Amino acid sequence: MIEAVDIYKSFDGKMILDNVSATFKTGHTNLIIGQSGSGKTVLLKTLVGLHEPDSGSVIYDARNFTGMSDQERIDARKEIGMLFQGSALFDSQTVEENVRFPLDIFTDQSLEERRERANACLKRVNLENINHLFPSEISGGMQKRVAIARAIALNPRYLFCDEPNSGLDPKTAIVIDELIQEITQEYNMTTIVNTHDMNSVFAIGENIVFIYEGKKHWEGTSDDIFHSDNQALNDFIFASKFFKKIKEHR
Amino acid sequence: MTFLFHLGRYALFVRDVFRRPVKHRLLLTQTIKEMDVLGLSSVGIVFIISFFMGAVITLQTAYNIELPFIPKYTVGVAARDSILLEFSSTIVSLILAGKVGSHIASEIGTMRVTEQIDVLDVMGINSAGFLVLPKVLAMIFLLPFLVLISMGIGIIGGWTAGSLTGVVPSNDFIYGIQYAFIPFYIVYSLIKAVVFAFLITTISGYWGYYTTGGSLEVGHSSTRAVVVSSIQILLFNLLLTQLLLA
Ligand SMILES: Nc1ncnc2c1ncn2[C@@H]1O[C@H](COP(=O)(O)OP(=O)(O)O)[C@@H](O)[C@H]1O
Ligand SMILES: [Mg+2]
Repeated sequence: MIEAVDIYKSFDGKMILDNVSATFKTGHTNLIIGQSGSGKTVLLKTLVGLHEPDSGSVIYDARNFTGMSDQERIDARKEIGMLFQGSALFDSQTVEENVRFPLDIFTDQSLEERRERANACLKRVNLENINHLFPSEISGGMQKRVAIARAIALNPRYLFCDEPNSGLDPKTAIVIDELIQEITQEYNMTTIVNTHDMNSVFAIGENIVFIYEGKKHWEGTSDDIFHSDNQALNDFIFASKFFKKIKEHR
Repeated sequence: MTFLFHLGRYALFVRDVFRRPVKHRLLLTQTIKEMDVLGLSSVGIVFIISFFMGAVITLQTAYNIELPFIPKYTVGVAARDSILLEFSSTIVSLILAGKVGSHIASEIGTMRVTEQIDVLDVMGINSAGFLVLPKVLAMIFLLPFLVLISMGIGIIGGWTAGSLTGVVPSNDFIYGIQYAFIPFYIVYSLIKAVVFAFLITTISGYWGYYTTGGSLEVGHSSTRAVVVSSIQILLFNLLLTQLLLA
């Protein structure tokens, strides 16, 4: 379980996160939703310590991440996997080297063992026989899957995904969403996914936090969404005619 | 204000660059890789520039001291000293500030805007050190060699130009370059090369590392890296000349 407690964060005097508190459950795919620019990425990066909150704290299973010393954090980070918006694969490394990277740095395994582990992770995301290609030589959907394989290489307990299906076609997007959900359940991870994609909200949204102008405006499940009378949430979710119709027919 | 801001942040950045690396074996392999990418690929341009530089210095010097009572070998002496003292270290470093500096800033800047640096940070890797230290070490090791090569090629260029044009006969030139030779001049240039290598790599790394935005800003960082490291080379050249030769 990950808890955000009274998080405030501003950049150059501009308030980006305004008193955000939320609880993210273990073994579940927790979603943070909201418009572009609402502060989702800043919240996710604050949760993993890439940004320091101005005040408030982040708690990982009763361990106060915000209060940790540098060395304690370095150790805690080995339990964190993160998937960035543009995949963020290392351009100069092959697919296999990318997935092996965390193992190369943090384990003392032999090359053979590390390669085996990398291949197992690649197989888990249904990628085989592309080990020697470079990121620029594979499709966006494949890049996302390689990034997932790299994120799970060290068996993390916590997985963070920043808009995992941005820039993908709807079918590939669903494949990625489902992959994240399956892996979360398989490894019993605490997974937090940022998204503004309504398909994801209804497909994998178990525990949803809605961020609006830097504040947490609502939280609930995908079923709750249909019964909410939160105006900002409704404007956001049912912006398209299609989703409006679905709501009317329920 | 901005100057002080950058100076302070640069100092902290350099401290991070030299902080404990994750794995020493990895640092070694990375450094060797960078030597290949940054240094060896520059040998060609160093050859060309040094040859022509040596040729021009020799001819210029010869035309400027064309007086009957000055012996021809003086041209060899003057050309040698210009090349050893100044041209090889400074010009080669300035050229590499352009070539290597822009390469480093755009590589690291691209990694920043595509969140590849965040990937390192989130794993708990000292990203500044991981990315920049191998480049610093590679250049500190290689630039002195490039400067030595440049000295040799520069003198060959001078000899070739002098002999081919007949302005400085071969014998005079060869006598001249050996006349009153001060070996410390070479040491002095190599010291400068080490300092310049440090400046080029850390300054370019700094501008790349603190890029924000997109590809346009990567371009800006790259330009800034070249301009700032060139100016610093000239500034430190003055400083070191005063310090080492005065
Ligand atoms: N490093 C930063 N410095 C200054 N402002 C930032 C920084 N990162 C994000 N912001 C600002 O914070 C706001 C929220 O951004 P972000 O979290 O990326 O939104 P999104 O919900 O689309 O992920 C934006 O207005 C953005 O300009
Ligand atoms: Mg975002």
